[in-house]
This record gives sequence, C-alpha cells and structure tokens, in this order.
Amino acid sequence: MDYIDPHIHMVSRITDDYETLARMGCVAVSEPAFWAGFDRGSVDGFRDYFRQLTEVEPRRAATYGIQLYCWLCINAKEAENVSLSRDVIAMIPEFLDHPNVLGIGEIGLNKNTRNESIIFLEHLELAIKYNQSILIHTPHLEDKFQGTQMTLDMLCDDSRINRSRVLVDHVEEHTIGAVLDRGFWAGMTLYPVSKCTPERAADMVEIYGAERLMANSAGDWGPSKPTAVPDLIFELRRRGHNESLIRKLVYDNPIEFFSQSDNFRFQPRNVDHTVDHTVEAPKALPS
Amino acid sequence: MNQRHASTVLDESFLSVRAKILEIGAALDRVDRALEDGPPLDEDLRIRRDKIDDAIRLLLSERPDRAERIQLLFSRKYAPGWRTDMAIDS
Repeated sequence: MDYIDPHIHMVSRITDDYETLARMGCVAVSEPAFWAGFDRGSVDGFRDYFRQLTEVEPRRAATYGIQLYCWLCINAKEAENVSLSRDVIAMIPEFLDHPNVLGIGEIGLNKNTRNESIIFLEHLELAIKYNQSILIHTPHLEDKFQGTQMTLDMLCDDSRINRSRVLVDHVEEHTIGAVLDRGFWAGMTLYPVSKCTPERAADMVEIYGAERLMANSAGDWGPSKPTAVPDLIFELRRRGHNESLIRKLVYDNPIEFFSQSDNFRFQPRNVDHTVDHTVEAPKALPS
Repeated sequence: MNQRHASTVLDESFLSVRAKILEIGAALDRVDRALEDGPPLDEDLRIRRDKIDDAIRLLLSERPDRAERIQLLFSRKYAPGWRTDMAIDS
C-alpha cells in the first residue's frame, strides 16, 4: 500500500532509510523543523538548516521516488532563548514561498514554560499573518497532558485560528479525545518506548475512528523506527480492518490536510490502467 | 468498529501480556533486592515507586479506559488558570 509519513526527520537518517521507506510503499514524507540534538547558536545556523530542508533533503528523497515536504520554525526546546527565537521567526518568511514548505512547525511546548508559551504564540501570529498551516509538537511523558491542554487553550482562545489547518501531534490515550473534540487534526507517533506502539495506535483508531487522524514514525536521531507506519498498517490488517480505513489513515488523510497548503503539489504514483485493445477478449470461458 | 470476539483478542494478547507482567515483577524484585543491602530510595524515587503501585491498582479496575487513566496518573497536573499564573496575555 502506498503511504505517507507526515512526520519524520530525514536529515537525521541515512540514505539507506530512504530506500527502505520506498520499498515499504512510502511515496511522500513531511519533515517538521526540530531540535537537532544540540542548541544552535545563531539565526544563521537555522538559515542553513532551513536550506537543508528546502533544497538538499528533497533532492535526496527524490532519488528514491519520495516527495519530501517540510515545516519551518524554531522548536520548543530552543524557544527558551526568546531573543534567538524572535530572530528566527523574523527570518522564516524568506523560505515560505519555497515549493516544498507546507507551513509552520513543529511548534509547541516542551517543559510547559512561560518562554515556550510566548514563542508559541508568536509562531501562531506568523502563521496567521502568512496564511500558513500549523504542525504542533506536544511534550513528552509526564509533561504531555499539561502541555497539550495549555496548547489547546492558546489555540482555542484565538478565533483567527482555522482548526482544520492545525495538526496536533504525538497524541496518546489521554490527549487524543481533547484534540479531536475541538476540531483539530491529531497525529499518533509510533515510538518504541516513549509514545505509541502500533498496537495502542490501532486501539485508538478503533475507539476514535480515522476522521482527522494520522500516524507517523517521527523517525529522528533518537530511538525511533522510520518504518513504523507500515507496522501500524500490518497491525490493522491483522485485526481485519478494511483497506479503505487503513488507506484513509495513512494516505488520504495526510493528502487532505496537506492540500490546504498552497505549496502541496503531490503527484500520486503512476498507475498504468491502460488496456490493450489489440487483443480480443475471449467470448467465453474455456470448457 | 472492533468486531473481533473478546476470546480472540485475549488469546492473541495473552503471551505478550504475560511477558510484560513478568518483566514488571522481575524489575520490582530487583529493586527490593537492592533495598535489602543498600540505602532506601531517594524521596523522588520513592514517589515514583508508589506511582507504580497506583498504576498496578488501576490495572485491576474494571472500566475499559485503563490506558488513559494510567497515562493521567503519570502526568503533571493541568491548572486552567495557567495563563494568569504565568502572566501571559490571552
């Protein structure tokens, strides 16, 4: 089955991963800007990173027939540095017209601090000003519930936000309901230990349905598995779910959400439906 | 949405659940053995150890939302008035 991974950090992965993803049916990915494992020291460091996301990585992906889109921001962890964050936010518009940029992300909270909240709100202003879709990171482990509620407060307090253009990512059992109930898209991240297993993600699909729901690997430089989405496909098939439901979750939904971004010009894989009319079909089955 | 029979679900999950419970038992045994000849748990770890007991009690409850309640047990609390507390304008 062709599928799209809507959240993966390919700058942190080796080229072999692209080949593996392609062999598993991955036809497109979207890569949010994130924390590279160390704090960058200047706005130029981010400018170089955004060039990697908009110029270098799409070419690397295309080698394997994968279309790579991206999201730009300064992530929550580095948002503690308010001054640097404001410099980066001011620089982001340089890249928004690039043909593979889908919007602002992954913005959000990490430790749920005042500075993170301030920079989150300033990212929202940027997205509104430039009519961009938004991809949101929610915190890890014990911080997730509190941080998700705070994030939803900030989003819902702003009537200018179009909820159908916001994806709240890394939902788990205790946050998915609040995100979907408020009209946002929700993303389930399939991580070996710290987020969802394919089995628990399949449970959430069974409880909440596939409307406005996506699944991703969030593969990066830490413990993660870039082929986690096919693991979920396999689990859903094993439980006997329809192909149409699985396809909606891993293919149709990402396309529907991404299509709200002006730069999303996805080309489905070529399927040759040509019928050879030069060969006459048999009139009856052989006896 | 889930049309499978409970017997089917339990049968396919049983060995995995058994293995995970065994891992929990072995990990708690490891902690107890270390406590026999060593210092007590630090206060923050004592709290985390108690949370594990609370989570095990949740497993024994009947409602089919155990995973969500265990997640909430291990979560920091949310205060609706946080914007006022942090002096962040609405």
